[in-house]
Order: sequence, then structure tokens, then C-alpha cells
Amino acid sequence: MLTIKNLQASIDGQEILKGLNLTINPGEVHAIMGPNGSGKSTLASVLAGREEYEVTGGEVDFDGKDLLDLEPDERAGEGLFLAFQYPVEIPGVSMTNFLRTSVNSVREYREQEALTAGQFLKLMKEKQQIVELDSNLTKRSVNEGFSGGEKKRNEIFQMAMLEPKLAILDETDSGLDIDALRIVSNAVNKLRSPERSFLVITHYQRLLDHIVPDFVHVLYKGRIVKSGGKELALELEEKGYDWIKEEVAA
Amino acid sequence: MAEDQTLQVEELSPDEKIIQEFTEKKYEYGWVTEIETDKAPKGLNEDIIRLISSKKNEPEWLLEWRLKAFEIWQKMEEPDWAHVDYPPIDYQDIYYYAAPKKKPQYESLDEVDPELIKTFEKLGIPLQEQKMLAGVAVDAVIDSVSVKTTYKEKLAELGIIFMSFSEAVHEYPELIKKYIGSVVPRTDNYFAALNSAVFTDGSFVYIPKGVRCPMELSTYFRINEQNTGQFERTLIVAEEGSYVSYLEGCTAPMRDENQLHAAVVELIAEKDSEIKYSTVQNWYPGNPETGAGGIYNFVTKRGICRGDNSKISWTQVETGSAITWKYPSVILKGNNSEGEFYSVAVTNGRQQADTGTKMVHMGKNTKSLIVSKGISAGKSNNSYRGLVKVMNGAENARNFSQCDSLLIGDQCGAHTFPYIEVGNPTGMVEHEATTSKIGEDQIFYCLQRGLDEEKAVSMIVNGYAREVLNQLPMEFAVEAQKLLSISLEGSVG
Repeated sequence: MLTIKNLQASIDGQEILKGLNLTINPGEVHAIMGPNGSGKSTLASVLAGREEYEVTGGEVDFDGKDLLDLEPDERAGEGLFLAFQYPVEIPGVSMTNFLRTSVNSVREYREQEALTAGQFLKLMKEKQQIVELDSNLTKRSVNEGFSGGEKKRNEIFQMAMLEPKLAILDETDSGLDIDALRIVSNAVNKLRSPERSFLVITHYQRLLDHIVPDFVHVLYKGRIVKSGGKELALELEEKGYDWIKEEVAA
Repeated sequence: MAEDQTLQVEELSPDEKIIQEFTEKKYEYGWVTEIETDKAPKGLNEDIIRLISSKKNEPEWLLEWRLKAFEIWQKMEEPDWAHVDYPPIDYQDIYYYAAPKKKPQYESLDEVDPELIKTFEKLGIPLQEQKMLAGVAVDAVIDSVSVKTTYKEKLAELGIIFMSFSEAVHEYPELIKKYIGSVVPRTDNYFAALNSAVFTDGSFVYIPKGVRCPMELSTYFRINEQNTGQFERTLIVAEEGSYVSYLEGCTAPMRDENQLHAAVVELIAEKDSEIKYSTVQNWYPGNPETGAGGIYNFVTKRGICRGDNSKISWTQVETGSAITWKYPSVILKGNNSEGEFYSVAVTNGRQQADTGTKMVHMGKNTKSLIVSKGISAGKSNNSYRGLVKVMNGAENARNFSQCDSLLIGDQCGAHTFPYIEVGNPTGMVEHEATTSKIGEDQIFYCLQRGLDEEKAVSMIVNGYAREVLNQLPMEFAVEAQKLLSISLEGSVG
């Protein structure tokens, strides 16, 4: 599904990713952890195609396509979804209008017919239930006046609507209270399937109690320095990152 | 008390490439319709005015009125205070009269010149459909002479008059004589004086006492003849307790030479009446690189709330023209009268817009609301200029102004010139202004959801302008949204 080889990327001339390797197979859930500034969010941004980041080396294969060669909207069309850490507000644009344009743009890219208003509303109603999202929220402007928890749920809602092959969750758990965390995690679990993969970026083990990963990787100074099963997350929670830093230094 | 809150963006944006592409978008509605025209020679003098007047079989008093206006105009200076820049206009190098050769009178749309129908279709304004679906009576003005008026009979049953200005001069001379120049006198300004001397046609609307006009009245203006100054004149009178919503929309074909447009619109609202006037303007903005060939739009629009509890509301979506000089205003004379101004002005390429409003509070408890949304892209300049004036007799006058500017790219300018004059201590005037840049984060968010850059910008901009677009009647709002997208297509891409 996703094969990252020796990926190097920088922003404003500063190198952040320094030769990252990662392979994700269909249906797998990978968690990326690591101390602040290790390059976790950069990885998410580079995969989604943010212009500010310059890819200086390496390659990324996404389901047989050269991901780095695609525009951000084409990547979305190919089935890459990023749940943002800080979803932006778009005043005056209703969530419904935004999503309908989004869903139909992606469908157009996939050479599927556009959904009619009726079909779209039905789909929206169905997917809203997965994230227990108040239907009034879809009438409001995109993320405007949403609470932190609502914004994150709204991201997962959009993911459900767009049915991606690969979903990247960039610190989706940050700023969530326990109830919201449960709702978001449940939604993600419902969306897990043998064809759909997840890349979960997080600081905390607690999210991984709910979304149980197949693999856990530690990102440090722009490289994946340790990989393991879900028990690695527990070990990190207990011991912190110092022992990893020492291992790397040794 | 003028305050200049000039803002220029200086920082380089990482999205420069995007913005360049966005701003290099070409004008889509550039074509010429081949309809035979009858044209007077270039230049402006008494003879031309006499010719215009005689072509229209006008009564003597109107010819005199025009000649007086010409005399006034000759003594005036072209204004230069607006934040716009253009080469001097040679008023002797302009055609002041062009009319379609045949002035057809149709019973059904099938009889209309197919070229004309094609033109409307290109504009996305299917006349027939509008007629049937939207209940819109369309008085289409092509090059100054009214070609087609629909729904006239139905309106006539209610005593509503909706016809071309020239017709009204013959059929309702007393009304025209009473109201022409009563809100915008010939002496008002340079362009109003010019219009008064040479206006060729326009629309006249009269809503009798107590009548609520059951449909949106709509005129599509279109400049069609090369080098023809377009001097339209619109007069709307709403008698006591009446209501009317009027729509004006325009697009123009691509041209090499500048086209001067100096219209005058006068609105009169009597006691307890309401006039809603909406405009969508998309004239050729000129070459995006040089600005050459675009329309000069120097318009005087003013309404008077003459009676108590009357209301006038202006809504405008201005996307076209090389230069826009336009300040739809309301004189709040009646007690408890209300004035509103909702505006979206988009400038791209080399366009320049200096637009805003004047709210003059004379009556007691008068209220005014100003919502202005400027959008600048390319190398354009977009200025809001507004006056809120509270006269000494205007007890408890209230005004709220909201002026927002949105910048796309780093080579455009947004300026705000609010003038406030309060002559009564009970007056309350509030002014809020914001300037923002279209967010890269917003664009990226949309891209990540599969929207391409043009869709993204269109969506963000339409969201920004929502408050104003919501004021437009449904079918017009759709067209306005389309125009916003079209005029900004290519500026992020």
C-alpha cells in the first residue's frame, strides 16, 4: 500500500526527515510515536503534499503510484486522507456544501458518477452516526465555532465520507477529553477494514489502548529508530524516550 | 475627517506560483454579437444631443433638460479624488448613440433575433427559462434600446409600470418630469451631468400605493457596440406602502478600446415603502497584464427614503470593469427610515475599484447598515470609500459599518476610506474593518479533501462573501457565485 524509502525532507532549508523508511500493507495500523520535534507532523505533511516542505531525497510508492509526483488533491483522489492536528475554519462555507464538493471531486477523480443531493444527504446521515456527530454541525460553517473535540470528530467524519485507502491521523487525540477520545477511537475502529490502512501519529499510549496498532515505530531525529508491536508503546509510556536516545547515540 | 487605512502586502508568499496562475485567468465572456446597429457619429455637441432626442421623438422639455445638463457638464471638471488611475478620456472620441436598427415588438420569445438568444445563452441567462421558472420579467437592454419586455401585461393589471425609459417618456411624461433628476440632479457630479445630457435609454419602474410587486423585476444590461458609451438611466418610484425588488446584471464582450459607462440610477421610496436594488456587474475588466480595453464604470446611484418608515437596500456584486467608481447611496429623510448597502467587489489583474456608499441621516431614528467585502487579487487595487453623515436634526440616528478586505497574493492593494460626520450628539456610528489574506492553510485543507485549487479559492471566497450573497434573490445568487469563481479562476492554480 505505502512504501517509503529513504525519505528526506526539509522546511526553510532545515532538514527534518533524514532518511525515513516505512512499509504499510493493506489493513494494517501503524503508530508513529516520538519526542517533540522528531518529525512526526512533517511526515504527515510531506505525505499529504504540503508545499512548504521540500522533499530532498527518497521515494514514496502509494499503491503503485509515485506519490511525490502527485498534487495534493490528486493524492486525496488516490485515497490518501489526512486528519489534521489543527483543522482550519472556513467562514461562510457550510460543512454540507464543503463535503459535497469534496466527495464529488474525489469521485470525479476516481471516475465515479457524482452523488445527487439526495444520495449525498443519505450518505452523510449514515456516516454522521459513526462519529456521533450532531446533525446541526453540518449546517454550520466548516469548523467555525466548533469545540476542539468537535473539530477532531469532524475530521473522522470526513474520513468516513471519503473512504480513503490510507488515513493519516495527526495527533487526533490531542485536546480530546475521555469521552471524545472514546467516540473518535470507536469511529476509527469501525472504519478499519482489510483494505484500509492507518498511520496514527500520537504522543500518548492512551489512544493506542483504543485503536490497537499492528506496529509501533519510534521516530527520532528524522528517522525511524525502533519498531515493534503494540507492547512497544507500553514500554515507551513507562520508560520515556531516554533509553531510545541512548541506544541511538551508542 | 478622512482616515486612510492603506494596506499593502509586502511579504513574499510561498504560494507565489499559485497566485500568478490564478491571476492570469482570461475573461470568459468575450465575444461580440452581430446585430445591425444604427449609429450616430463620434463626438459630443448640441447637435448630437438634438439627434438623440429626435431619434427618440422626445418632447421639447426633455431636450431642453438635456441641453441644460450639457451646459452644466461643460463647466465641470472631471473628478480626480478617487483612488484610481487612467489615461485622460477623449469625450469627442466616443459614440453617444447606437440603437439596434429594427426595434422589434415581440409577442413570444420565438420571434426574438436568434443572435440575441445566443448571447443570453452564453451568459447563462436562458431568457425563456427565467420567464417560466423564476417569474422574472426581463427588460433586456442591448446597446441602449429596450429590445424585449416581458410580463408587462401582468404587471399592468396591478398598476405597476415597468418599461424602458424612452417609452415612459411618451406614456407617462408627467411622472418622468416629476422625478427625473430629483435624487441625482444634473449638477450633482461630472458623470451624472454627462449622463443627463446624452442618456439613451434605461428603465422606469412605478409601483402604485399599497402594491407589493409579485416578482423580481430584472434588466440585463449589455454593452454591445464597439466604442459606444453606455449612458443608461433608471428611475424607480415606490409609492406609499409598496414594495419592489429590482435586479440589474451585466456582462460585456471583449474589446480593444475602452468603453465608458456612466449610468444614473434614482430611487424614490415614499412612506412605508421598500425598494431592494441588486446588481451583479461583470463587464470586461481589460487585459490582465496591461489593463487595456476594460470598461470604465462611473456610475451615480442614489435613493431617497422620502417617507417615514421607508427602506432602501442596495446589494452589489462587482466583479468586472477596468475601473469602478460607484457609491450607491441613501438619503434617509423620512423618520424611522432605513438604508442598507451590501457589497462584494472583486478586483483582479489590473482592475481598480473605488466603491462604497453614502448614508445621509436627516430624519429621526434613522438606521443604516453597511457591509462591504473587498477581494483583491493580481496587481489590482480595491478601495472602500464610505460616508456616514448624521445631520443635526437626525435624533437617534444609528449606523453600523463592516468593511472587510481579503487579499489574494502579495501584489494587490486594499484600502479603506471611511468618512464620518456626526452633527447630532444622539447619533451612534460604529465602524469595523478587517483585512485578511486568503489562508494557505485553508487552501491546503481543501486540497487535501480533493478540491483543486480553483474550486478551493472559489469556495473560500464565496464563503467570505456569503453575508452579501445571501441578500440576493436566489437565482441571482447562483449567477453571482459563478461570477465570483470565474473572475478569480486562475489566480490560485
